[in-house]
Amino acid sequence: MIWYGNSSRSGTRALFSATGAFMELRIAHLYPTMMNIYADRGNIITLVKRCQWRGIGVSVDDFGLGETPGWTAYDFFYLGGGQDREQTLVARDLAGKGAGLVEAVEKDAVLLSICGGYQLLGRYYRTAAGETMPGLGLFQAHTVAGSKRLIGNVVIDSHLKGPGLILAGFENHSGKTFLEEGQQPLGRVISGYGNNSEDRTEGAVYRGAVGTYLHGPLLPKNPELTDFLLERALARRNGSEFTLEPLDDGLERAAHRVAVGNH
Amino acid sequence: MQMIESRQDRIQDSKAVMSAKIALARAISVVSGRAGHGGTTLPGRVVRALDPDISRRLGARLARGSVLISATNGKTTTSAMTAGIMAQAGLEVARNREGANLAAGVATALIKDSSLGGAPGAEIGLFEVDEAIFPEIARQLGPRVILLMNLFRDQLDRYGELEHIAGLWRTAVAGLGSETLAVINADDPLVAEMAKLRPENSICYGIEDESAGGLVMQHASDSKYCTVCGHVFDYDVFFMGHLGKYHCSTCGNRRPSPTVFADNIRFDGMRGCSFDLVTPAGRAGVKLGLPGLYNIYNALGAAACCHALGIGPAEIRSGLEAFSAAFGRVEQLLIDGRKACLLLVKNPAGFNEVVRTLLIEPGRKHLLVALNDKIADGRDISWIWDVDLEELAGGVHSAVCSGTRAAEIAMRLKYAGVEPDRLFVEPDLKAALSSSLARLKEDETLYVLPTYTAMLALRQAIHQHFTTAQEMGDLVWK
Repeated sequence: MIWYGNSSRSGTRALFSATGAFMELRIAHLYPTMMNIYADRGNIITLVKRCQWRGIGVSVDDFGLGETPGWTAYDFFYLGGGQDREQTLVARDLAGKGAGLVEAVEKDAVLLSICGGYQLLGRYYRTAAGETMPGLGLFQAHTVAGSKRLIGNVVIDSHLKGPGLILAGFENHSGKTFLEEGQQPLGRVISGYGNNSEDRTEGAVYRGAVGTYLHGPLLPKNPELTDFLLERALARRNGSEFTLEPLDDGLERAAHRVAVGNH
Repeated sequence: MQMIESRQDRIQDSKAVMSAKIALARAISVVSGRAGHGGTTLPGRVVRALDPDISRRLGARLARGSVLISATNGKTTTSAMTAGIMAQAGLEVARNREGANLAAGVATALIKDSSLGGAPGAEIGLFEVDEAIFPEIARQLGPRVILLMNLFRDQLDRYGELEHIAGLWRTAVAGLGSETLAVINADDPLVAEMAKLRPENSICYGIEDESAGGLVMQHASDSKYCTVCGHVFDYDVFFMGHLGKYHCSTCGNRRPSPTVFADNIRFDGMRGCSFDLVTPAGRAGVKLGLPGLYNIYNALGAAACCHALGIGPAEIRSGLEAFSAAFGRVEQLLIDGRKACLLLVKNPAGFNEVVRTLLIEPGRKHLLVALNDKIADGRDISWIWDVDLEELAGGVHSAVCSGTRAAEIAMRLKYAGVEPDRLFVEPDLKAALSSSLARLKEDETLYVLPTYTAMLALRQAIHQHFTTAQEMGDLVWK
């Protein structure tokens, strides 16, 4: 376990919840050495830093092939994207332990999955050869191998926390994901391809689980989304709703503006 | 159909037509050179459109054949080093320059070297080639030596996954005739397996001195898995990213023993480094005027390549020692009387080596980091999060962030631990350069870290708007 503590910077203080308990967030990073193709590490760094800057203790535990986290011990799960070879190995491993992850989401854990990780959480992935790899079925969605890679800057309008959350990132995938009836998308594509380049949906949301093709990485330049996910995870851990204190996000907003204007 | 093809052959082979094509290319070269475009690819592009086979036909006339150099990192520097050694050995060399490493750049170099009748001026061709284009050029030229140095994650939006490029290389290497000798980096597992495809016609090189490496892999590392059985490799030592001494404890696959290697490595800050070059033809102590382990890999690749051509260790040493920095990889300049050091950054592995190099010298540094996201840089800039900038954070005095994604690199540095009041965002490159120079006290150095297109634009801005002196090595650094 990597313990990041809560006082790496002067001027920060430890935060305590209403009951007087020390505020902390526990993150489980699933398959960090295999599912990390588009700088997923940047998302983890961002979660950690934005807790630390507010005096909130945060720890990140890594889980690889054959290692199973204690599902109830974590507030936030992260699953990134991988190359084909790694993704196939992870799909097999995840099939055996997926029930625990689904249950954690049912019990209000936050789960962020990007690209390949997102695909693994749908019902299945159909390869170019017509083979069907089962997924966890957390999202009512399925992915079909496409013939063309969908690459480029992408901007979406997300209703995750009410209207008007504009998210910007970069996508690079050949799989096309189709949402099934009743499955809520993360947002609507303003520019770029999104889930499948056909229906202008992007990503999927179920309870605290978010799946998306947006990397770039996603969290640093979309701080509103990051804080929304953090608040949700911290509420679960600490038993009551609360709002994070704002940070100086001048650079984050500038990076977001450029990424949004880049399409 | 048959008739048409043979008629075309006749036309292509006619001397007068060949002369006309070369004359046309020359004219384009002069005009585009005058227009400020350098003329490094346009002539080749035009003539290849008329005659796609031009490179093969001109290349076949070189008395000593061609050498191809490919890698994710270090192509340009290694080619320049190899050219330096060849010049020392008295070889007349035709080569592509300034990173013009696609098919048109190679064709342009061959055309520029030819007489109007197509007779080569040089005796050997030396070409750095883009890793995705390497198979095509190798097929055309049937090279005498290929030097394959490394494969790192780079511009996923352009090249696709690493495994894809490795697959292209495997097919190309397996398809080459027995006249081609493959010179292979033993320390990169993905590249080293190419040697097994032609055991009779390959030699391996690598670093033996384990004190130059570390026991922990960098974050940007790729190809951690055994190329034979897929299990995770065990490493005795990591030199750079996934380059190191590795073996698979499951199936016994291991790094091949290099026949050309570097031992006894010593670093001398930003001034350079030294090592013992060991070859089957003898040993030579080499002093290199460039810093960092990555430059030892570049020098070693050039040395192994020249050894394969029959050049002896003494000539290799003097060629390497005479070498000066190639085209912006590590370039030292005086700009308006201030010292500046230009270090190209284009992917996580290369940027990590630049970070490591900056840390060799003590003290906090003034940086100008310029991140562009044009096609030649890669549209996807997520790679900056795979660079171990956390290691550099405590060593930053100021960082002016510039380029089309200036705010993004500033934000990355903030999350790496650089205090926000040391960070400045100025997307305009010229303004960023002025403001970073203004921040320097006398005798301080500005370290300029641009991506590829930012480097080209900066170079032009320096040329047009500042007083410069290009100072090589010792003149500035003593």
